[in-house]
Amino acid sequence: MARIEPEATEVTDAFWDATREQRYLVQWCGACGTPIFYPREVCPQCLSADALEWRESSGAGTVYAVSVQHRPANPTMVDRVPYVVALVEVDAGGGQAQTVRVMSNVVNCEPESVHVGDAVALTWEPLSDGRNLPQFEPAT
Amino acid sequence: MTLRGKAAVVGVTDAVSPTGELELTGRALEAQMVREVLDDAGLTLADIDGVCHHQSSIQFAEFLGITARFTDSTMTGGSVFEVYLEHAASAIAAGVAECILVVFAQTPRASRTAAKRRGGSGEMPRGRPGMWGGPNPMMEWEVPYGLQGPVGGYALSASRHMAQYGTTPEQLATIAVKTREWASLNPRAKSRDPLTVDDVLASDMIASPLHKLDCCLVTDGAGAFIVTTAERARDLRKPPVYVLGAATAHSHMMISQMPDLGTTPGSISGPKAFEMAGVKPGDVDVLMGYDSFTITQLLHFEDLGFCAKGEGGPFVESTNIGPGGELPTNTNGGGLSYTHPGMYGMFLVVEAVRQLRGEADARQVPDASIAVAHGSGMVLSCMSTAVLGTEAAL
Repeated sequence: MARIEPEATEVTDAFWDATREQRYLVQWCGACGTPIFYPREVCPQCLSADALEWRESSGAGTVYAVSVQHRPANPTMVDRVPYVVALVEVDAGGGQAQTVRVMSNVVNCEPESVHVGDAVALTWEPLSDGRNLPQFEPAT
Repeated sequence: MTLRGKAAVVGVTDAVSPTGELELTGRALEAQMVREVLDDAGLTLADIDGVCHHQSSIQFAEFLGITARFTDSTMTGGSVFEVYLEHAASAIAAGVAECILVVFAQTPRASRTAAKRRGGSGEMPRGRPGMWGGPNPMMEWEVPYGLQGPVGGYALSASRHMAQYGTTPEQLATIAVKTREWASLNPRAKSRDPLTVDDVLASDMIASPLHKLDCCLVTDGAGAFIVTTAERARDLRKPPVYVLGAATAHSHMMISQMPDLGTTPGSISGPKAFEMAGVKPGDVDVLMGYDSFTITQLLHFEDLGFCAKGEGGPFVESTNIGPGGELPTNTNGGGLSYTHPGMYGMFLVVEAVRQLRGEADARQVPDASIAVAHGSGMVLSCMSTAVLGTEAAL
């Protein structure tokens, strides 16, 4: 069964459109140089709305927290149990060490093998409308 | 105490248009109002420590990265902003917060126009509404990944705490075991059979590292309490239980936005409430902490100052939190074994009062004069601490 798919907003259309080309964009505030997640209408640091921009992440990430789901969160996830939900600190694309922390799944591995601190890399799961859902897998 | 002269309005702004339609909508318009009112007042966002928003003050505060010590989403219709002014003045007079932001935007015309421009019918803006009708980033950034609610968020916190501080599943299980000991003394508790650490660890894994017996019950439940003036309370039937201190703090709505998954906003509300009450953790006779999951209670021990950050695991090994112990905790049997109807905070207050009145029967803590009721809302999002005491504690 297809999972619940994210519904974009005016602010996040650019993010989801880029996933069609399997590019992961991170919103930045050009005024104060802060990466922002989740993307929003205004920078939560300096309140600037005029200097928001997108930068492309390398997709490299580190597991910040992880939990194996032994029961499905909703009926669309039944066939996936057990599956990994993690918070991942992903490269923010600024050319520096800055990251943003996102929720995702870690796939293509034994669920119990994923630990806090593991290096992971971006991969994608196709959605029904040509977009792709960001996923992570163990870095090789 | 009177409110007269205790608070003042220091900034104002508004947005209107002769066409009746504004360009900005939703959060963008609210953010514009925030910029303008801060400028009008000569303040910055960092000065704000309280938020009033009629849909969800938690979601709005998260949006601007505000950690708030005063929060109000009271909804009374068009009068709500006068209500917020009253609440804010009260809070400021009482020292709960210093700088409270009230913000509002509603654009039925512009929202309809924007929806039509995007090819829709103009009836409904895109995006599923949040719990209170506002924007709902959770549907976009968390729900697709299938984290079980609410246990999954707590499991992520537990995994982080274990990795950061070496906390073990056995230490978490100890909290469930000790809480069950209290429940065994309470004939009204749902789960009363003795429990061992091995039992907890052998129960089904729900969301690692949390087992079924790390989780609270799902039961029916109801309760009520009445608050009145200290003066009047002295003339009533039962011994008064005084509010000695109270404080609230929230930092996020979504678990993925929690600043540090090993530290809750109880680290702000707890010390603030204790300071107001003039008590220290060592003075507390009964701790009623919202134990939605074992990890929740472990975080309370740390964030309220009963032990240092990261020491919650060793603390529950070396400190008896059960009957006859040094820190009687969740003496009714807690959300883990007494009852948990989804919103458990009522029962924290009820049990704290019973203990302070000496009405707790077999589970009575001798000579209890100070009790703490510490509530937790959403996913470790909003913590509220009340320090309660008997006449002797005044």
